[in-house]
Amino acid sequence: MELNFDFMVKYLPWYIDAAILTVKIAFFGILLSLVVGVICSVVQYYRVPIIRRIISVYIEISRNTPLLVQLFFLYFGLPKIGIVWSAEFCAIVGIAFLGGSYMSESIRSGLESVEKSQIESAASLGMSNALTMKEVIFPQALAVSVPGICANVIFLIKETSVVSGIALADLMYVTKDLIGLYYETDEALLMLVVFYLIILLPISIIASIIERRLRYAGFGN
Amino acid sequence: MQDSGISVLFMGKNFLRLLEGLWVTLRISLIAVLLSIPLGILFGMFMTMKNPVSRAVSRVYLEFIRIMPQLVLLFIAYFGVTRAFGWNLSADVSAVIVFTLWGTAEMGDLVRGALISIPKHQYDSAAALGMNKIQTFGYVVVPQTMRRLIPLTINLTTRMIKTTSLVVLIGMTEVLKVGKQIIDANRFDYPTAALWVYGVIFLLYFLACWPISMLAKKLEKRWR
Repeated sequence: MELNFDFMVKYLPWYIDAAILTVKIAFFGILLSLVVGVICSVVQYYRVPIIRRIISVYIEISRNTPLLVQLFFLYFGLPKIGIVWSAEFCAIVGIAFLGGSYMSESIRSGLESVEKSQIESAASLGMSNALTMKEVIFPQALAVSVPGICANVIFLIKETSVVSGIALADLMYVTKDLIGLYYETDEALLMLVVFYLIILLPISIIASIIERRLRYAGFGN
Repeated sequence: MQDSGISVLFMGKNFLRLLEGLWVTLRISLIAVLLSIPLGILFGMFMTMKNPVSRAVSRVYLEFIRIMPQLVLLFIAYFGVTRAFGWNLSADVSAVIVFTLWGTAEMGDLVRGALISIPKHQYDSAAALGMNKIQTFGYVVVPQTMRRLIPLTINLTTRMIKTTSLVVLIGMTEVLKVGKQIIDANRFDYPTAALWVYGVIFLLYFLACWPISMLAKKLEKRWR
């Protein structure tokens, strides 16, 4: 297998642009999904009536449908009732819609791992509900949730590969384009793999370091 | 004409065609799951072997499959392998291969997790009772790992169904593609068809995955 290096150098900027787009969508999507996740999990934790039901319906829907189908609905379906979003915005909303439920489940398992005695102790110290959440429940819950959140982050970055389906020029799209245009399949695929490794490998290593640290933290008490 | 789009679904064989399209991906995921369960069990046992070579090999395989988006793997199989080896793999064969490789890695990791979750004293107790290796495996290890594995395997099935929706991006005619054909054919008569068609596809996927997820959740609760 001989690689055409001139080709790879020539189209490197295409891949860099595409990688930036992938990272951008992943970043904003994940940020939004964390916000959605925190809101949903707190509502479920406090068992807020009615809203809690709506959120559990949302979680079931979002977890049981593929992102690609969600994106097609957002991008091609919604404009028919007058909601026209750019492809990029659709992708971010899609990632947030999908990721929100996964984040919510991870955060909720953390919140529920905090023992009741902790909350009672906080109450006996005269702390308000909000203060208890901020100072007592949340920090402890976070330690339990973080491995799950890290796994979700990696999962969501991988899921962004789907956005080429709504014509966004991400890494997959550029690769398919180059294969179609120049038939330099090996080179295009190699660069695709390398670029995904550049994005995902550091994050996955950081995630495993964090996870290991937290596991040691757990032993002390 | 807000309500006209929905009638497209009931014209001719449109709804049936959508279901047929869904079956294309469901069939791939079913075959892939059925292949990955036995392969994954073998792979999981391979991973727990004390041999450093088997550990290194399985680790590299697992990490590579896990870190790459499934779509990248599909592209490699569909565009790359065809070119590199001159095999003329059809889209559905390459999809089955990729999803089996992926399923084997995921299933293997689940099996590994279940196997190492059994504490050492269980093996010691079995040995103290005079059980041989096969008996220990059959009466002690398998029953305990099964309880853990079955809900997780069912979950893997729903993940598989969701992930196989990607095959439209390597040009297979599945439910999204059929949906697009229906929309394009009715572009001028029913401009709002896209909303309904994609809405129904959304619902169909939900109806395919949700009962399976519920079953997994129920079993997980019962066997905890």
